[in-house]
Amino acid sequence: MAPVPLVESDAATPPAGRRRVIADSLGVGLATGAYGVSFGAVATASGLGVAQACVLSLLMFTGASQFALVGVLAGGGSVPAATGTALLLGVRNSLYGLRLASLLGWRGWRRLGAAHLVIDESTAMATAQPDRARARLAFVVTGGSVFVLWNLSTLLGAVAGSALGDPRTLGLDAAVGAAFLALLWPRLTTGGLRALALVAAVLALALVPLTPAGVPVLAAGGLALLVGLHPRWDPAPPQPGTPR
Amino acid sequence: MTPAWTAVLLAGVGCLALKVAGLAMPARVLERPAVARMTMLLPVALLAALVAVQTLADGTRLALDARVAGLGAAVLLLRLRAPFLLVVATAAGVAALLRALA
Repeated sequence: MAPVPLVESDAATPPAGRRRVIADSLGVGLATGAYGVSFGAVATASGLGVAQACVLSLLMFTGASQFALVGVLAGGGSVPAATGTALLLGVRNSLYGLRLASLLGWRGWRRLGAAHLVIDESTAMATAQPDRARARLAFVVTGGSVFVLWNLSTLLGAVAGSALGDPRTLGLDAAVGAAFLALLWPRLTTGGLRALALVAAVLALALVPLTPAGVPVLAAGGLALLVGLHPRWDPAPPQPGTPR
Repeated sequence: MTPAWTAVLLAGVGCLALKVAGLAMPARVLERPAVARMTMLLPVALLAALVAVQTLADGTRLALDARVAGLGAAVLLLRLRAPFLLVVATAAGVAALLRALA
């Protein structure tokens, strides 16, 4: 395999180790990038244009926020509600960036370029590596392959979605809920987080008849901020032996 | 500019700025425990609310329709550790099938 640009070679990492990192990262990239098809299809079926779906994938490039923006707009939410929900979901990328800054150790334009590739998958793959050279490799290969595939598959899905007709006939409105659930599922690692998810869902539903579209979801975000003020909610992963 | 374009560009630039800010900010800002907790809890609460609203709301009223069956199928597949695309496609397929039969 050709050397990956941006990544400095490191004599301490054996070639077999590098190949393993590249293979694993490409695997994650393929699996994640492919579901841009569902984003593209849902976006155009919900009323966005092909160009708008593609600009979202190119510029925003963070799946949960993209689905949220489309979902809130399609549900009749205002521009501030849709934008606010997407931004609140994007806040976690700031925390990822903070962790990655010291791990990757890039400065200047490289750091700026790396920022665009900060997503769940590239962060997870980079932070799982034992040293900086492999962390950089995993970050660039994962982030880069997701970026290329996510954008190609968004275009594909968007063109298909705009040709499909009524989204309800095809069940695409049900697909959006399923997409959010699939994004949520791996985060429900503790009883406390599952309880928060349940309360957030109930709160949002209770507000649906009372507030303009988009506000119920933002209120759930507000709930998370309030709960986060309480020190009992330690973000540390559960210790071994902790019941899940 | 149409409202959709305004939302796309505002949120797009904003989300990119959040990524840049994380890489550029001094470590102590986001390492405050309350900020770290909120950053972990936010996606859980927002995604859970989006699942609920997307499945049970129709504008500003609640509605029980084929979407619920689609979500049920998604839960089943997620429990079986099915990949993302299969989960999403099956949910759509189940809802579409129910509507075709109705």
